[in-house]
Amino acid sequence: MTDKPPVLDFATDFDHTDPEWVSDPYPIWEDLRQRCPVAHTDRFGGAWFPATHAGVSAIAKDTVNFTSRDVIVHEGRPTEEDLPAPIGLAPPITSDPPFHQIARKLILPAFSPGVVNALEPQIRALCNSLLDDIITEGVVNASMNYARLIPPSVIREMLGFPAEDMDIFIRCVHVITESIDRPEEERIELFAPVEEYFRTKIEEHMENPRDDLTSFLLNAEINGEKLAVEHVFGTMVLILVAGIDTTWGAIGASLWHLAQHPDDLARLVNEPDLMPVAIEEFLRFYAPVTMARLVKADMDYLGCPMKEYDWILLGFPAANRDPVVFKDADKFIIDRAENRHVAFGLGIHRCIGSNLARLELRVAIEEFIKRYPKFELENKDDVTWAQGQIRGPRNLPLRILS
Amino acid sequence: MGGNVKVVIDADLCQGQGRCFSIAPSIFNFDDLGNGFVIGDGELSPETIDLARLAQANCPEHAIFIEESS
Repeated sequence: MTDKPPVLDFATDFDHTDPEWVSDPYPIWEDLRQRCPVAHTDRFGGAWFPATHAGVSAIAKDTVNFTSRDVIVHEGRPTEEDLPAPIGLAPPITSDPPFHQIARKLILPAFSPGVVNALEPQIRALCNSLLDDIITEGVVNASMNYARLIPPSVIREMLGFPAEDMDIFIRCVHVITESIDRPEEERIELFAPVEEYFRTKIEEHMENPRDDLTSFLLNAEINGEKLAVEHVFGTMVLILVAGIDTTWGAIGASLWHLAQHPDDLARLVNEPDLMPVAIEEFLRFYAPVTMARLVKADMDYLGCPMKEYDWILLGFPAANRDPVVFKDADKFIIDRAENRHVAFGLGIHRCIGSNLARLELRVAIEEFIKRYPKFELENKDDVTWAQGQIRGPRNLPLRILS
Repeated sequence: MGGNVKVVIDADLCQGQGRCFSIAPSIFNFDDLGNGFVIGDGELSPETIDLARLAQANCPEHAIFIEESS
């Protein structure tokens, strides 16, 4: 990471792992919207970044010219060893039509609002037990000791994996989402223990089926045939990757905001009914997830000479700050009534876990501010942000006020 | 004027973003896949039309349509 040349101009040489982008990307995106609006880089073997809502929307909905075979920008490209399109490595997020719809319909029922909403008491109890475990001494690391621990516990329980595996679980997620700067061989090597762990769990469930998501996937059928183990494994990796760092980032960023905006915090404490509307504004303003696509073939698109296998860095967080679509886009408005944000993506790949993410985010914030109705940042400079396509505070020391 | 006002969801555009049935659960519900649908015939009264419009204004996929027929 350190041997990379610094970015001189984000319009022609962007790098989403650059420290400036990682710490505060919003001014960069606003500048790009005014100048480009599609940025390019030769890094990562060639990539494009549309900074406007229109650009993001067009590409997100265009499955003819773009493929989802790989959705994390890195130096390599999908190889022959990877599963062939249209299944991809982690169906359905890495699948293209028409297979995408088959794989997606299979798991949508497991994440429908009806199923997910039933988890609310369990998530509330989890949040309270985490808060009980925190020994404050005046300062709480709300990221490491709270936000970070909520999503893995929820996903682990859904998959039916044992509670004592929590650390392995979190390591797996970090390997996948934060190794983008490593060479391909190193990534494969890092990935090996993840694969081994999951295969063991799949085998255990094959021998001894239970009432959980793992057994649900193993029992699922496409055209009367059980899913290939690679498909089950890929979907589990997807659920793990997509469901953990993302929601961690959203919870953390929301608390980071409240720590710096006592008026917003007071309103939420005093007007609990405002929470669902506020959650959507947290999601718009601090959308944690940037996706990616690959260009299918050489073409001119949005005025750009795109080449086969160029990356598209698909910035839903940038689209959410586009003033063409959002009034006062750069202002956090806690009771924003009209909010067509795209934090969960657009089109056929809309985040499958969006109902779960919203529930976790809402309950996590509700319980935190119930326990600590007043807090502020202990030290602004101590806050660090995750690098890569999932944004959120990693270190978030909050001073609890009385 | 004086015609009926109806709300419909275009099922081809709906991706299950979940905003409509959260904002207006008296007008919209969700199916087993989490996609939204309109409860009943979708006819709106002067009391419910604003709520339907609010849901429409929050749909990221622009999948909600409010139609006036004479």
